[in-house]
Amino acid sequence: MEYWNAPYFITPSLHHSVPDPMPPLLQVENLHTSFHTRHGIVRAVHDVSFSLEKGETLGIVGESGSGKSVTCYSLLRLIPEPPGRIEKGKALFDGVDLLSCSKNQLRSIRGKRVSMIFQDPMTSLNPFLKIEDQLIEPLLIHENLSRDEAVKRGVKALQDVGVPGAEERIKAYPHEFSGGMRQRVMIAMALITKPDLLIADEPTTALDVTVQAQILELIKKMQKEIGMAVILISHDLGVVSGFCDRVNVMYAGRVVESANIADLFARTQHPYTRALQKSIPALQPKGAELYTIPGMPPDVSKPIRGCPFVPRCEFAQPKCENPVELLEVEPNHGSACLRVQQKELDLTSEDLR
Amino acid sequence: MLRFIVRRILETIPVLLIVATLTFFMVRLAPGNPFDTERAVTPEVRKNLEAFYGRDKPLPQQYFTFMKNLVTRGDFGPSTRYPNRTVNELIGESFPVSLELGLYSIAIALFFGLIAGVIAALRPNTLSDYVPMSLAMIGICLPTFVIGPLLILIFALMLGWFNASGWFSPIDRVLPALTMGGIYAAYIARLSRGGMLEVLNQDFIRTARAKGASEKRVIFKHALRGGLLPVISFLGPAMAGIVTGSFVVETIFQIPGLGRYFVTAAFNRDDGMIMGTVIFYATLIITLNLIVDVVQVWLNPKLKFE
Repeated sequence: MEYWNAPYFITPSLHHSVPDPMPPLLQVENLHTSFHTRHGIVRAVHDVSFSLEKGETLGIVGESGSGKSVTCYSLLRLIPEPPGRIEKGKALFDGVDLLSCSKNQLRSIRGKRVSMIFQDPMTSLNPFLKIEDQLIEPLLIHENLSRDEAVKRGVKALQDVGVPGAEERIKAYPHEFSGGMRQRVMIAMALITKPDLLIADEPTTALDVTVQAQILELIKKMQKEIGMAVILISHDLGVVSGFCDRVNVMYAGRVVESANIADLFARTQHPYTRALQKSIPALQPKGAELYTIPGMPPDVSKPIRGCPFVPRCEFAQPKCENPVELLEVEPNHGSACLRVQQKELDLTSEDLR
Repeated sequence: MLRFIVRRILETIPVLLIVATLTFFMVRLAPGNPFDTERAVTPEVRKNLEAFYGRDKPLPQQYFTFMKNLVTRGDFGPSTRYPNRTVNELIGESFPVSLELGLYSIAIALFFGLIAGVIAALRPNTLSDYVPMSLAMIGICLPTFVIGPLLILIFALMLGWFNASGWFSPIDRVLPALTMGGIYAAYIARLSRGGMLEVLNQDFIRTARAKGASEKRVIFKHALRGGLLPVISFLGPAMAGIVTGSFVVETIFQIPGLGRYFVTAAFNRDDGMIMGTVIFYATLIITLNLIVDVVQVWLNPKLKFE
């Protein structure tokens, strides 16, 4: 069973007639999320499907506005509604559809089994509350702990993420922490309930370069300790390549390529991914002019019929205007490029480089 | 914190002295004087009056006498309108009435205003936002001299539940408190809606939801504190206005409060009373602003007493 077109294959097991021996931890099927604004409907996420095994690390890369964050916020129904709306789709987490389950059930999963850390640790912590109150909140909500016990766990959690002087610092307010320390607090807060899945939305984007590596190291270390799965959202291919098992490349709200990290680089199967790789400065010859993808990402408030990358794609042909979906072109490797699917285009061949 | 408060109190002393001085000279330099009445008085009577109130002395001497009494005894001197009454007596009698009415009004304003504002902010641009906000807009647009008589008409004359005016039994407090409180409820509703909307759109609210917090917890633990800061800033100066009474409301409902003196003192050229009301009001404003500052630091840990 291939995970990208899984909905067509596993439909029977959704009715629990044939129990899957090893169901994935998270299975997202045909997720559509749009924002109904005064200026029209912005289709931020269009037909996204993927799955995630226990303990696996999935990267989601894409430019700003490609829908990577909205995809993940949709999973926990954290997009503001209105104007946002999850139009259709499923997100089966351990058998529970996060998109259609009751609010109470969703709340019992948020922060307990699925945790999130956010891009900007400056604004993601409540400036009016002490670290202590925010840090132990998941414990007070989800685990029947007394405050004293929860605070003890909180101090331990801060020590685990490397906050020095945790016992005193826990009484401080967020503005008394540096950016990197705040992100450590966010991580401690997300992991304090030992979740099965951590969704990290550009956790290092707002931080100093020197701190970025430390934070990624920390997430990796905690992942090993807890054994959780991680979804890492990033616009940085470099960060993702050093961190993830699998990568989904998103463009205009769609997954255009999905592969193991090694295959994504060695056997690229989508022109957009290739263009992204070509834009990495370190991979270009010294002294050459930096490569940029011409044009701008499409306006997703207008319906896109075919491949969204056509206007910027050097390999585009008239037939690329026809609808296309993510299909397996190599074992465990999906591409949403019609020409690649029809074996017309071999992006891995040397002469293209 | 104690140092901050002591310093702020010390800072108010020169402010109040300046207010007193400016008021004194403005009142004295304005054309006319308290003894100009429609019926002309004989020069002898006038001389006696001026001697009685000390107005025959040179202006600087009058000023120093006034300031000395004010600073040493808090004494505003006699009223030139009400014979044999001092300004302190008049304020002492009428202020408790205005204070009582004011406190009821504030309670009403906070209760209805906060509930309406928070409910509106929770579901913006829906019916539960439009209805309270439209009511608030009406409340702001309708002056007290429309709302007051309207309430009297409906609840006193037509339904007969209350007295049309007067200040005798506890039930007499209801209509004037509603009239005054209604207007401020409207302001508070709009301010708290704006404040709550701003906070509810912050990233940390999303963090709280991601942690599995219930809506109740999100609102009361995470949003309310920040959302109410604009209301607190508004409440300081507003409270000074409310507890010193309103000329319009006190006139409509025949309430023996302080509010009417602010207007009548000027009409009657009651110099002592003008000085008294102005300085009393200034003191209240300064005090309430100090309280607001302290509350804000207490609510917002980013602020510090410097």
